[in-house]
Amino acid sequence: MDIITLAHGSGGKMTHELINNLFKKYFSNDILGQGDDSACLEFKAGRMAFTTDSFVVSPVFFKGGNIGKLAVCGTVNDLASAGAKPLYLSCGFIIEEGMPVEELERIVCSMGETAKECGVRIVTGDTKVVQKGAADKVFINTSGIGIIPEGVNVSGRNAKPGDKIIITGNMGDHGCSIFLEREKLDINAEISSDCAPMNKIVEDILNITMDIHVLRDPTRGGLATTLNEIAGQSGVGIKLNEDAIPVRQEVAGVCELLGMDPIYMANEGKMIIILPECHANDVLKALKSNKYGENAAIIGEVTDKPAGRVSIKTVTGGSRIVDMLVGDQLPRIC
Amino acid sequence: MYNFMDEFRNSDLARQAAEVLASYKGRPVKIMEVCGTHTMAIFKYGIRSLLPQNISLISGPGCPVCVTPVSYIDSAIELSRLEGMIITTFGDLMKVPGTESSLLKEKAAGRDIRIIYSPLDAVRIAAENPVRKVVFLSVGFETTTPVTALTVLKAYENQIGNFSILTANKTMPEALKILAVSGEVKIDGYLYPGHVSTITGTELYWRLAEEYGISGIVTGFEPLDMLNGIIMLIDSLNKGKATVINEYSRAVTKEGNPIALGKMYEVFEPCDAIWRGIGNIPASGLGLKEKYKKYDARVVYEIKEKDSSEPKGCLCGEILKGNRIPRECGFFGKQCTPENPVGACMVSSEGTCAAYYKFGGIE
Repeated sequence: MDIITLAHGSGGKMTHELINNLFKKYFSNDILGQGDDSACLEFKAGRMAFTTDSFVVSPVFFKGGNIGKLAVCGTVNDLASAGAKPLYLSCGFIIEEGMPVEELERIVCSMGETAKECGVRIVTGDTKVVQKGAADKVFINTSGIGIIPEGVNVSGRNAKPGDKIIITGNMGDHGCSIFLEREKLDINAEISSDCAPMNKIVEDILNITMDIHVLRDPTRGGLATTLNEIAGQSGVGIKLNEDAIPVRQEVAGVCELLGMDPIYMANEGKMIIILPECHANDVLKALKSNKYGENAAIIGEVTDKPAGRVSIKTVTGGSRIVDMLVGDQLPRIC
Repeated sequence: MYNFMDEFRNSDLARQAAEVLASYKGRPVKIMEVCGTHTMAIFKYGIRSLLPQNISLISGPGCPVCVTPVSYIDSAIELSRLEGMIITTFGDLMKVPGTESSLLKEKAAGRDIRIIYSPLDAVRIAAENPVRKVVFLSVGFETTTPVTALTVLKAYENQIGNFSILTANKTMPEALKILAVSGEVKIDGYLYPGHVSTITGTELYWRLAEEYGISGIVTGFEPLDMLNGIIMLIDSLNKGKATVINEYSRAVTKEGNPIALGKMYEVFEPCDAIWRGIGNIPASGLGLKEKYKKYDARVVYEIKEKDSSEPKGCLCGEILKGNRIPRECGFFGKQCTPENPVGACMVSSEGTCAAYYKFGGIE
């Protein structure tokens, strides 16, 4: 069993071997162990959060993580953004034939470990193998279900004038690290992806106060694009302080060289928290004592006008509008 | 690198400089920032919002993507459709609209078009793919052209025959003269491009001062560079005699970089060049010398560049000359947006229209 072949996806003996030797080994739990076509789950009454996400990152292994860890964190973080406690995940694999089994094992192992850290169970899954060239090593889809605690009402529509905006750490690490690996740029910078689950941090915050208005993880398009979405959804303005936005020096340096902007770069282990001013300092203090929130900072506030717009106060004291990302950030000529 | 970044972004000093500018009570002055990187930085740091009404900044033609004519993009697209072709390019050019298509659309349709970060990567790709043809889209001012020259020299030394470049290289001095002499808007002084000046030095600006009475200052791209640069330039303008100041002395010398210039003129020689929106400016371009003609994609693939016309109603040309501002264009923010650019000034991240749109809003 050295490389994945089309036979691994045929549904026959090889598929079963793959399921038993790999997926059941690393995802092991009672529900998956039942081996039925559907996972059957018990629920109490209440509100539920349900989300799905597909992961096609290249390269599949990168500093700070891999596609498997990302696939678990991504869906867990989407559930956490609803204030939900994530419980169950499904995962679908589309594997390109010829992928070394050892690589797939590392990915599956890391999914199992990350699920354990998050306290979620991977209860159902699917595997398909496609011909060489029809996928890029492996694509993973995960869907997730979580329960929303009574009294929690978090939504991108809930930002209110006067609210404070907190970000849980440095901006742009994931986007910058993937960019450097993908483009094989000869830049000597120790930058790792920030890929991490945010559900425990959200639980901590909700233990301090249920009065959280918005939670959102700034993934593709970065902080700037996500805040524009929220400003639009809530019909409010957002004012940021450039000085206050935490960015790792290495990331700032790489962006400077290539003409890119950290506030438009993807993050995979950060959360934007918008909440009433009266709770901001308590929440910030709690964040700073969590390993995923050491660099948390209050970066701005919500205003009533201009609705739908994000602006930033620059280091010179001047101000400018921060728009959504259009297409990809393309490095400049000079 | 990090210290250089922080030092010139000191918030307290920047605010002090901003106060000095805000209290300016002298005659109205119009300053043109020639370089696209300045335009972008001015917006990024909100510098326009700090200036009083009697100081205005006008954006000039110093974005290499913006001044590249539509016909060039059409030629690049024509090349990309040749059997076995790999087009290598800087990212900025991907979205520029040609007459009917763009490189981004051609890539989606299956052409092999690759974004690279150094022209030297293009020669490496050519060496690695000996049965393919590789063309590098050579666009840029004095900042990028020396590395392209090195690339051609490398191909020459290693006898790499499947590599060539499609040139649209330009130089600054002739364009500055034309702007100063024929512009409809009277410019009082220039912010000269810091990066270009590291290569060219400052002597050419002195010639402009002596022969045409043009004043200017070479500045860097950090907020303190630009704010202090504007203060120093206005001081000197009010003293009368045309002069040149070098605020960016940590990077720019009078002589520039003779090694880079030497390599550039070993491979290239001046030629006429079409500037999008401005037209032909004699001796403002760089073409390959006879010895290196076998690396000229126009010669190798017998490309005949067609006349290019601007989309009707697009004000890019006037904007590049500083005669109009983006909001005066009927397309701006309507048909013409960064997602769907009509003219080149909206395409490049450093284009004037893109900067106004991205940082300035559309009202």
